[in-house]
Amino acid sequence: MSSIAVATTINDDDVEFLCQPDETLLDVLRNRLGLMGAKEGCGTGDCGACSVIMDGRLVCACLVLGAEAQGRTIETIEGMATGSELHPLQRKFIEHAALQCGICTPGFLMAAKALLATNPNPTETEIRFWLAGNLCRCTGYDKIIRAVQDAAAEMRGEIS
Amino acid sequence: MRYERPETIEAAIALLADAEAKSFVLAGGTDLLVRMQNDTFEADLIVDIKSIEGMDAVTQTDDGFLIGAAVSAAALSENAALVAEWPGVVEAANLIGSTQIQGRCTMVGNLCNASPAADSVPALVAADARVRIAGPDGSREVAILDIPTYPGKTSLTKGEIIVAIVLPKAATRSGDAYLRFTPRTEMDIAVVGVGINLTLDEGGVVAAARIALGAVGPTVSLVEEAAKALIGSKLDQAALDALASACSAASNPIDDKRGTIAFRKQVAGVLARRVAQTAYTRAGGK
Ligand SMILES: Cc1cc2nc3c(=O)[nH]c(=O)nc-3n(C[C@H](O)[C@H](O)[C@H](O)COP(=O)(O)OP(=O)(O)OC[C@H]3O[C@@H](n4cnc5c(N)ncnc54)[C@H](O)[C@@H]3O)c2cc1C
Ligand code: FES
Ligand code: FES
Repeated sequence: MSSIAVATTINDDDVEFLCQPDETLLDVLRNRLGLMGAKEGCGTGDCGACSVIMDGRLVCACLVLGAEAQGRTIETIEGMATGSELHPLQRKFIEHAALQCGICTPGFLMAAKALLATNPNPTETEIRFWLAGNLCRCTGYDKIIRAVQDAAAEMRGEIS
Repeated sequence: MRYERPETIEAAIALLADAEAKSFVLAGGTDLLVRMQNDTFEADLIVDIKSIEGMDAVTQTDDGFLIGAAVSAAALSENAALVAEWPGVVEAANLIGSTQIQGRCTMVGNLCNASPAADSVPALVAADARVRIAGPDGSREVAILDIPTYPGKTSLTKGEIIVAIVLPKAATRSGDAYLRFTPRTEMDIAVVGVGINLTLDEGGVVAAARIALGAVGPTVSLVEEAAKALIGSKLDQAALDALASACSAASNPIDDKRGTIAFRKQVAGVLARRVAQTAYTRAGGK
C-alpha cells in the first residue's frame, strides 16, 4: 500500500502527515501525531472514547479514515484548555469527581463541548441522549451529567 | 488497498466500474469502517464520494426534496423544511446510533448496507421515496423497496452509485412517523421497526396509507393488508386492531437472543398502532 499525504488543521495548527489508506484518524492521532488524548475503547463506534470534533461535528475518530482529514478542521482534547487554563468543562469534571479511571473522559469532554456549542442550556434528558454514545464503566454517569450542567451554567454566566 | 476521493460522479463511476478491483463506496463509513476492522475484510479500492459536487446538499424542488447521498443524519435534522414535511423520515435517520454516528451516517449508506433492521429504510418506504442511481450505463431511478434484496445484498450493479434520495412532496393532510423497539433505549439495533405515512380526506378519514415493517424479514416490506385496514377509518379501535393483526401476520422474523419470533410478531402490531396514531395526528387528524 502506498502512503497518502494529508494536510489538515488540528486544534488551529496546520498539520501534515502521511498515512496508509486503511489507517483510521484515531491511529493517525495517536501513533503518528503523538496526540494520545483520544482513546481506543472499542474501535467500532460503540464507546465514544475516541470522540473528536471534525468540521464542527462530533465523530468517532475510529470510524474516520486518516485520509478523510484532508482539508478538514479537527478539534481534539489537546486543544481544549487554553495554555494552562482548563476549560470550564474540564474544571467541573474535576470538581464533581466525574471521572475515576479517566479513559472515557476525553471523549465525554469533547462530546459535552460539542453539545454546549449548539445548545448552551440543555435539559438533563438532552444531555443524557447526547452522551448516550459515550460509555463509562466507573462513574455511573450522574456525576458526569452534573458536571456538564454546572459547566453549562458557568459558561452562560449564571454562576462562577 | 487504494483510497480515492474523486470530484465528479463520472470519475467515481469509472473507478468503481473497474471489473478487476473489489471496491466499495465510502459515505459516512459507520458500517464500512467497522467492517474494515475485520480480519477477513478485503478491498482493493475505497471510493469516498463526499467531495463530489452536490452530494452533501438537500434541495427542495417543486416535486419534493432531493437529498444528496452524503448528507448526514445530523444535517437532515437541521433542515427545518424537511423536518416539517417529513418528520418521520428525519426521526428514523436520527435513531441511528449515537450523536457521533449521526454526525457521519447517511440514509443511503443505511440502505446500501442492507441490514434488515436499518432504521431509515421503513420510513423511506412509507414515504414512497426513490433513489437516483448513476452508473456505467447511465442513470436510473428506482423505488427504495427495490434496493435491498437480501441481508447484506443490494440490486446495485458493478460501478453503480446512488446519487440522491428523491422524496416526493408530502400530500396535503398527510403525516409520517417511525418507531422501533430496542431492548435498550439508545445505541441498539431494532427488533422491530415500523414506518407509516397517512393521507387524510377533508373529514379526517384515512384516504391513503403506506405501512412498512423493518427487522421482521430479510428485507423491509410494504404491508398492503395493513394499509387496507386503515383506509376509510378515523383510526377507531377496530381499524387499529385490524392494523395490528395485519402487521403481526405480515412479520416473518427470526428467533435470536434479542427477541423470539412470537415476541417480534406481537411487537410489530403494538408499534404499528402507536406509529399510526402519531402519523394521524401529524396529518391533522383528531
Ligand atoms: C455504534 C453504531 C451504532 C449503529 N446503530 C445503528 C442503528 O441504531 N440503526 C441502524 O439502522 N444502523 C445503525 N448502525 C449502522 C450504520 O451506522 C448505518 O447503517 C448508517 O446509516 C450507514 O451509513 P454510512 O453513510 O456510514 O455508510 P457507509 O459505511 O459509508 O456505507 C455502508 C455501505 O453502503 C455502501 N454505500 C454507501 N453509500 C453508497 C452510495 N451512495 N451508493 C452505493 N453504495 C453506497 C458502502 O459501500 C457500504 O457497503 C450503527 C453503526 C454503529 C457503528
Ligand atoms: S474507540 Fe471509537 S467508539 Fe470506541
Ligand atoms: S472514568 Fe473509568 S470509564 Fe469512565
